[in-house]
Amino acid sequence: MASKVIHAYYNDDEVLMHAVKKVKAAKHHIEEVFCPFPVHGLDKAMGLEPTRLAITAFLYGCVGISVATLMMNFIMIEDWPQDIGGKPSFSYIENMPAFVPIMFELTVFFAAHLMVITFYLRSRLWPFKKAENPDVRTTDDLFLMEIEIHDNESELRDLLAESGAIEINISEKNSH
Amino acid sequence: MYTFSNRLKIASFILMAVGFIGIAIGFISAPSTIEESKAIVASSHDTHGDSHAVVDAAHAEHGEADAHGHDNGHDSAHDEHVLHQLQNKPWAALYVAAFFFMMIALGVLAFYAIQRAAQAGWSPLLFRVMEGITSYLVPGGIIVFVILLLSVLHFNHLFVWMDADVVAHDHLLQGKKGYLNPTFFLIRAAIFLAGWILYREYSRKLSIKQDESNDDSNFKLNFRISAAFLVFYLISESIMSWDWIMSVDPHWFSTLFGWYVFASMFVSGITVIAMVTIYLKSKGYLEDVNDSHIHDLAKFMFGISVFWTYLWFSQFMLIWYSNIPEEVTYYVTRIQDFRLPFFGMIVMNFLFPVLLLMNSDYKRVNWFVVMAGVVILAGHYLDIFNMIMPSTVGDQWFIGIPEIGSILFFAGLFIFWVFRALANAPLQPKRNPFIGESKHFHY
Repeated sequence: MASKVIHAYYNDDEVLMHAVKKVKAAKHHIEEVFCPFPVHGLDKAMGLEPTRLAITAFLYGCVGISVATLMMNFIMIEDWPQDIGGKPSFSYIENMPAFVPIMFELTVFFAAHLMVITFYLRSRLWPFKKAENPDVRTTDDLFLMEIEIHDNESELRDLLAESGAIEINISEKNSH
Repeated sequence: MYTFSNRLKIASFILMAVGFIGIAIGFISAPSTIEESKAIVASSHDTHGDSHAVVDAAHAEHGEADAHGHDNGHDSAHDEHVLHQLQNKPWAALYVAAFFFMMIALGVLAFYAIQRAAQAGWSPLLFRVMEGITSYLVPGGIIVFVILLLSVLHFNHLFVWMDADVVAHDHLLQGKKGYLNPTFFLIRAAIFLAGWILYREYSRKLSIKQDESNDDSNFKLNFRISAAFLVFYLISESIMSWDWIMSVDPHWFSTLFGWYVFASMFVSGITVIAMVTIYLKSKGYLEDVNDSHIHDLAKFMFGISVFWTYLWFSQFMLIWYSNIPEEVTYYVTRIQDFRLPFFGMIVMNFLFPVLLLMNSDYKRVNWFVVMAGVVILAGHYLDIFNMIMPSTVGDQWFIGIPEIGSILFFAGLFIFWVFRALANAPLQPKRNPFIGESKHFHY
């Protein structure tokens, strides 16, 4: 299904923030905002839900620390018992301080890498993917707000022009 | 303008009075003869004999090993040692609390200088709060200096290396004499305190002058002296921590000790900034300070708590791993005789802030920040306690009347001095070039 969308261009993030708040106050649904750089507070102004990536980070961290513990226990205690710092106790818990750096590093390693992979999957990104970007200028110096039109083109046009948009275009969009 | 409310003033006086009584009781009840000290030890054994069983066993072992005919000599030497430890107790309690509150002001001073040198845009609204807290550096620093001076004059035995008799029989201390001698020690302390207080007073003066100024010259000068001060601070703080804390164990040393003490004072200082800010906001002052400022302070509390743990662990693990007798004794005494404060401190300084302040939303809930702050402050008091007590009072430690009295006394003095300074100037800087950014700061 093809739908008509309106694209409003801004050249300043402060102006954009005010415009987003104004459009939200007028109870229009903002489809998407394209920015050359992350704008602080934009997600809150657009009313986006908080990310759940933090929860996955915690879970991946738990996986990391478990893998580290099991791995070190097998390598250093069970499979080939090591004399650690002249304290041959052959017990994981008693030699724990020596393993803390590895437990910490693997926690960070797992959390960071799996979180990035999750982010790519969730955002449907992969190498050589064609950018879903309506205008290349949003990768340079322009901010773009996209709003779907439901027989209210002139109303939206007035509202956006008033909010400080420097350019307003109407285009067709194929929804995925 | 903030006015120092009478209720808070009276509360601070009550704290000081109660604390003073506690300190006095501590000094009066300290034993002056070996017989008295034996009686104190015996009575404490009766009440909680279990906790001392380990120590007794250790003593017994020690006695057997020494049993080459001079058993009696060892016993009397031991009794005298315990007497010295008990005599040190009220001094050590006073010193730990005096240092702890001075360290809060010094940590805030470092935080303030960093904000100035970084030309931070979020924090200028909090500058007057920080300046108020750093005002305590003057009385707090002088009190610590007086205690150090009294140590040099042999009023107490907190620092064994100050005793010429001890040095005469100790090869290692003779080697350190060029650095660790009473005169040079006091000269260093005087230079550091003078430098910190000079920067604090000068920066405060420029900050007030900027309010009425027509240009940014005061602000720029403040930026320059803050950057210079940070260099001085970095060096002086490190040496101060070796001198004032590490030298109570004159044989032991750790190269990251300065950083470790810095982390402790930095997190305590930031916590106090957050608590004073929340208090003033609850009284209707600092209208422009919003949740995001509290959120940022709480992020610092969280982050520096983790940083402290990182340094604590780095120091512990290397010494634990290498297991060199002269180094590892430091932790052996702490784990054997100070098990509860030693491990309790890690729970309070690491686990508690991590769990309470991990969630982003909780960093904006004021009572949550205050609660985490109380635990962090208590934990860092224990940290200083664990640094000073093992080598000054040994297994005779207890958090009783002298210790709590000292905390109350210095808490009262701290509150009185800080809020008096806060009432001296408008709580919001007027002409700081970043004040607009600070007002609009949002996360």
